[in-house]
Amino acid sequence: MALHDFIDPTATNPLGRPRGIWSALHLDPVLLFLLLALVSGGLFVLYSGADGNSQVVKAQGIRLGVAFVVMLVFAQLDPSVFRRWAPWLYAAGIAALLAVLLVGVGAKGAQRWLAIPGLPRFQPSELMKLVVPMMAAWYLSRHFLPPRFRHVIVGLAIVLVPMMMIIQQPDLGTSLLVGMAGLFVVFFAGISWKLILAFVALVSVSAPMMWFFVMREYQKQRVLTLLDPQSDPLGAGWNIIQSKTAIGSGGIDGKGWLQGTQSHLEFLPESHTDFIVAVLAEEFGFIGMLVLMLVYVLIILRCLYIAATAQDSFSRLLAGALTMTFFIYIFVNVGMVSGLLPVVGVPLPLISYGGTSGVTLMAAFGVLMSIHTHRRMISA
Amino acid sequence: MPWGEFKDTAAERRLFQRRTLVMLAFVLVLIGGLLARMYQLQIVEHEVYTTLSDKNRVQVQSVPPPRGLVYDRNRTLLAENRPVFSVTLVPERVDGMAETLTQLDRILDVSEEDLERFQRRLQEPRRPFQEIPLRYDLDEQEMARLAVHRHELPGVEVKAELVRYYPHSELTAHALGFVGRINRDELQRIDPVNYAGTNYIGKSGIERFYEDILHGQVGYQHVETNARGRTLRVLERENPVPGEDLQLHLDLRLQKRAHELLDGRRGAIVAIEPATGGILALASVPGFDANKFVTGISVTDYRELSESRDKPLFNRALRGQYPPGSTMKPMLAIAALDSGATTKDYTIWDPGYFRLNESGRRYRDWKRGGHGWVDLMDAMAESCDVYFYEIAVKMGVDTMYDYLSRFGFGEDAALDVSGALSGLLPSRDWKRAMRDEQWYPGDSVNMGIGQGFMLATPLQLATATSLIANRGSWAEPRLLKDIDGDTSVSGFLPDGNHEPLKLKDPSDWEYVVDTMAEVMHGRKGTARGAGAGAPYRMAGKTGTAQVFSLAEDEEYDAEEVRERLRDHALFVGFAPVENPEIAVAVIVENGGGGSSTAAPVARELFDAWLLEFQQSDDEALVGRVDSGGEN
Repeated sequence: MALHDFIDPTATNPLGRPRGIWSALHLDPVLLFLLLALVSGGLFVLYSGADGNSQVVKAQGIRLGVAFVVMLVFAQLDPSVFRRWAPWLYAAGIAALLAVLLVGVGAKGAQRWLAIPGLPRFQPSELMKLVVPMMAAWYLSRHFLPPRFRHVIVGLAIVLVPMMMIIQQPDLGTSLLVGMAGLFVVFFAGISWKLILAFVALVSVSAPMMWFFVMREYQKQRVLTLLDPQSDPLGAGWNIIQSKTAIGSGGIDGKGWLQGTQSHLEFLPESHTDFIVAVLAEEFGFIGMLVLMLVYVLIILRCLYIAATAQDSFSRLLAGALTMTFFIYIFVNVGMVSGLLPVVGVPLPLISYGGTSGVTLMAAFGVLMSIHTHRRMISA
Repeated sequence: MPWGEFKDTAAERRLFQRRTLVMLAFVLVLIGGLLARMYQLQIVEHEVYTTLSDKNRVQVQSVPPPRGLVYDRNRTLLAENRPVFSVTLVPERVDGMAETLTQLDRILDVSEEDLERFQRRLQEPRRPFQEIPLRYDLDEQEMARLAVHRHELPGVEVKAELVRYYPHSELTAHALGFVGRINRDELQRIDPVNYAGTNYIGKSGIERFYEDILHGQVGYQHVETNARGRTLRVLERENPVPGEDLQLHLDLRLQKRAHELLDGRRGAIVAIEPATGGILALASVPGFDANKFVTGISVTDYRELSESRDKPLFNRALRGQYPPGSTMKPMLAIAALDSGATTKDYTIWDPGYFRLNESGRRYRDWKRGGHGWVDLMDAMAESCDVYFYEIAVKMGVDTMYDYLSRFGFGEDAALDVSGALSGLLPSRDWKRAMRDEQWYPGDSVNMGIGQGFMLATPLQLATATSLIANRGSWAEPRLLKDIDGDTSVSGFLPDGNHEPLKLKDPSDWEYVVDTMAEVMHGRKGTARGAGAGAPYRMAGKTGTAQVFSLAEDEEYDAEEVRERLRDHALFVGFAPVENPEIAVAVIVENGGGGSSTAAPVARELFDAWLLEFQQSDDEALVGRVDSGGEN
């Protein structure tokens, strides 16, 4: 890619249409507009969720700026770059996860971070949200689709190995997202419905096994708390009761920006991180939630359109899986805050305070834009 | 494709697009599910969660009323409230409970009990960020040390509350009683609403008797709080009604004098203003510091007090039941005159002993060899026992019982003195019920000089003496003089229910008062030493009560035993004779003779009350008028 491609707005793309500024920058204006709308609205909610602390908003703004730059960079890369690098990134990711388990640093009883001298601390598990679907897409797209049974098995193994390593950290939220990202690749690849049913059956059988052998005590407690928050209203049930109270007391049009009593009087825990959607629901009510969900659905629609119009199987599988991962973020977070799902550490995408997941998400949107803006004229 | 397999790209794309449609449906259904959940919470159950949210936010806090103050008759403060600081912990904000407690133990003196109570409270269910008290009543040094280390101790806070304080500690402990932390039994009894914010309740004395007036009415405030329970603003407030201040008849100066006069001894003094029944002094020595009991006394301090041989916690004035001895003679003289058992002229020969019949047992007079020819006047002045033996037998137990009960013996006649005992006024029925024996004439003989079964408290003796000073009209003893504000005393002070003691010949009162004046001023009066040189006339009677036995478990110490086997010295009296302003009962345990030990104490009290204080009050009055004139 030559530098003049960026500068010369008159250049034409291979499809023969005039290349606009968006094409030159390899950005999708529709997706970019929706993301900007989401992020800027999110900063307003964050200002309230952080109880008027402008430092928090500023830090988040800087972080999102970095994330947009990352998106921009990823968008410039040709999708074939991701395909070529997928196995090497995957190998490096597995090695990093191993290193985390051996020498990682962390807080609150979980080892998630890797501190390499000379580099900023980072969470290898976060990168795996991108790398695992890339690797699964790389592997499955090398064969006929729909995949044969043995390819499905290998594809599942590619997903499950890092997932189990992340569970060991332990980080249930991230392992769930990594696992879902990989499984969506397998689904989009065209795995037969019989296998899907068998898989669902297997999961429902293995759930009790997970309960007894895999889940930690605090994770079990979260599930129990979901089922009956009133059993321990001042302990584990507190978060759920308070967030439901925040949401429910918001009513149709909410208490008004900065007027939410649940968050500002500190009844709502984690009001600027994982539970921020409760702040939005409390202050902007059901209407606010409708608007938020509309923006999310529009983003997902645009991304699925990008996936459906992608030109090769690798791009399609990757784009579809990344889109669905974004959706899983939304569903798990809102489901958790509204008391439908157990409390799992999954942020509300692009709104919750916190850096790493925002960067990964924007990188994923960069990949999607790359896929969309690097299409060529090919023979069918 | 790297290894050149033929791929049906069109078929793959169609497959992918079908799957994408499935996923789109999946997304829309689940987003719809989330929105349905929001609809349920925000619209269907909105009311429920609004209520929950308000309940979170708005708390009703009780505001405890400040306890009423207690003044003496000169408006000297006897009981006040002072701020007390206690240290509390918020477990959610504490970094490492064990280390914090260890460090606090180094800074403050935290007892095992404190720790135990704290750990128990820690286990109980509570709101997040609710504080748990660790130790009460920090002193200034501890506050200072805590302030220095405060930054190292997150979650450790200091709270202030108003707590009762008795500035004259030992002087007033027995007269006022004290407050203490509400215990489990009291929790059952009190109104949970009115005591919602109150931690202390009257345990004894005035504090207990007038608890309702002193406590006041609880107030409320609706406050907006955050999750840590920190009050952000008051939304609505209903102020508490403070407890009413009380003024007592007690005079702190006389109370102090009484304590000084008994200093180093064990004993009690009760002084009453006869006209009103107002208790001017109620002293039991040794006293104790009631302040120690307010916030909870330490085990060692309590053991020291309760195991002391001098029994400082024992209220001798109200609960000490002593054989009254010869101090009963004035009341018995009234009984004998009115019942006709004797007359003013009746005279007997006292050979030094009394016999019920020719061959009977000899009841000795205290004076070996006897008093010779004595009438009632002589018998009182010299405290002749034989005279009273004879009139006691003549009256019989029933007559003595009837009269003495009219003087308030055998009952708690005081109106607002809680915890006073009734003593023992023996009767035929009592002896049959308690001892399963009939009443023997010998029992009457002993009763004639206030010995035998008869027991009375210093308060009862002062009450009976006051009745004589009043010439038969009753004014039941009481502590409460006035309630500040509009509250009337009569609503809270119980009514007296004693009929005046009317004699067939009212001049008998003057005669008996004369005999008592003879005790103080007569040539042969037993207390003539104590009565000498006074510018006013006083009436009195000495008494000496035998101490029969020593408790078995007390260690043998020759000096100590000799001291503790000595007789109790008693005195009752009033002054001035014509227009009595003060009636007293004095008992000095193991003090020896009433005339040598107890009577001089009473004289000092009379002098203080009638001469010294009266004069200083007059001067104060003059001073006030003077300063008023300058304005």
